[in-house]
Amino acid sequence: MHFDYAMLLQAAPDLTARLTAAEAAVKSAQSAGDNAWMLVSSALVLMMTGPGLALFYGGLVRRKNVLSTMMHSFFMMALVTVIWAIAGYSLVFAEGNPFIGGLKYLFLDGVGKEANTDYAATIPQGTFMIYQMMFAIITPGLISGAFAERIRFSAMALFTTLWVFVVYFPMAHMVWGKGGLLNAYLGGSIRTFDFAGGTVVHITSGVSALVCALYLGKRVGYPKEPHKPHSLVLSTIGACLLWVGWFGFNAGSALGASGLATTAFVATHLAAAAAALSWMAAEWMISGKPSMLGGISGCVAGLVAITPASGFVKPMPALLIGALAGMFCYWMVAKVKNMFGYDDTLDAFGVHGAGGTLGAILTGVFATNAINDTQIDGKVVALGLVDGNAGQILNQAIGVGIAIVLAVVGTYLILKVCDALIGVRVERDEEIQGLDVTQHGEEGYNLEA
Amino acid sequence: MKKIEAIIQPFKLEDVKEALKNIGVDGMTISEVRGHGRQKGHKEVYRGQEYNVDLLPKVKFEMIVTDNRLDEVLDTIANAARTGKIGDGKIFVFDVAEAIRIRNGDRGESAI
Repeated sequence: MHFDYAMLLQAAPDLTARLTAAEAAVKSAQSAGDNAWMLVSSALVLMMTGPGLALFYGGLVRRKNVLSTMMHSFFMMALVTVIWAIAGYSLVFAEGNPFIGGLKYLFLDGVGKEANTDYAATIPQGTFMIYQMMFAIITPGLISGAFAERIRFSAMALFTTLWVFVVYFPMAHMVWGKGGLLNAYLGGSIRTFDFAGGTVVHITSGVSALVCALYLGKRVGYPKEPHKPHSLVLSTIGACLLWVGWFGFNAGSALGASGLATTAFVATHLAAAAAALSWMAAEWMISGKPSMLGGISGCVAGLVAITPASGFVKPMPALLIGALAGMFCYWMVAKVKNMFGYDDTLDAFGVHGAGGTLGAILTGVFATNAINDTQIDGKVVALGLVDGNAGQILNQAIGVGIAIVLAVVGTYLILKVCDALIGVRVERDEEIQGLDVTQHGEEGYNLEA
Repeated sequence: MKKIEAIIQPFKLEDVKEALKNIGVDGMTISEVRGHGRQKGHKEVYRGQEYNVDLLPKVKFEMIVTDNRLDEVLDTIANAARTGKIGDGKIFVFDVAEAIRIRNGDRGESAI
């Protein structure tokens, strides 16, 4: 067939213009789709803290402490937001050294509609910033499970402010920031895989929680007097909101409405379900009855454990990770805690510290480039043990180790400072009367009103 | 005049109220209470932490009746509240020295 090159050449200027226009339209459409999903994900992750965590933890404490406990979550939504906007985002995501970010984005300078191509090329950096903010909010909220029912509110506020600077921002920069020590994709020297925050969120918060529990000591009367949850109804609603919100947490960590987001969504859901079943099965065998509290604790444990793995593993390993997490965390809170006798009020360590560690290590086992083919140094590489890269387990362990050391040292020092300045624990009679009245001057349930 | 205090199973509340209504007793005060007699409590387990709950929820009826109706009312309550199992509760009877209707100052049996 004869092809008329002359005609094509004549049409060329027009063709080039049309191609350019078409490319721009495709880019804009992808950006619209990705941005829509990421804004929804941001809202979902905020929902995990309030009302999710506020209800989950609020229901687990005694009636006299329900508001103070919900306040520990709600207050983060306000406090950490302000800190993040002023300095936090910059200290995590601006280029700096391997341990902490720089000051380029201080006061969110230059963080707006344009994309930051280092992290997420298809969405405005403002979206990326607000999404990551929600992670910084929930992390100190998780710690509050350990000191609930006995911490002074002012001390909690100071503790949180210092903690995000000393523990969270460095850890998040190391794992996710450009040039961070543990960043697998952006120039880290020890590559670790943490898709949505197993080390950054759950190990730091869980381990810090244990330090808080040990530092503050047991609640008055614990464990001799009953310290029963005052409303497992609230806790169940809260846990279900956490489950749903976690889709934003994990699937959102794909940073776009991509196939990877779907993979992470599926893995997240499967792990939560398997863990709920395995926790209930364990307690059914050991204490005779499957409980609502066991079911919701299990689903949270599974969600925690799948967090670092969610964007790297196939569905069946996700089920396995969840099933192991449910049993492991049950053993941690029902047996190990009693063995050592520390009073981790709401089991922040037993669920987030233990589940996070398990998940981080298992990510090194099951991560596969069949699921996540994001290139490292321009090529697709073997990820975990199943890809033949056994050394990844060691890298994951190093990441876990750094998170643990940072959390233990940082939290201990901060508690010392808070104790010296304010006093971290309320007076004994205040604790007996309850934190709602003594710290906030109000009560959760005024049934006669 | 006698005061009757009946501590019964909460799920028998409606049966007892209905039975009393059928014999024409309509004055009573009811409160939700906790306690136990010979009935053993139950075990609750929260994340492996075991608690024995021995103070169980009960409902307490209080009412004042004239001496001539006492036996009838006692039988009615006992029959309506009975399941035959441990934990059905107890009924106590006290002498009442005086009764006053606050609205108009009536005293004695006419105040009941």
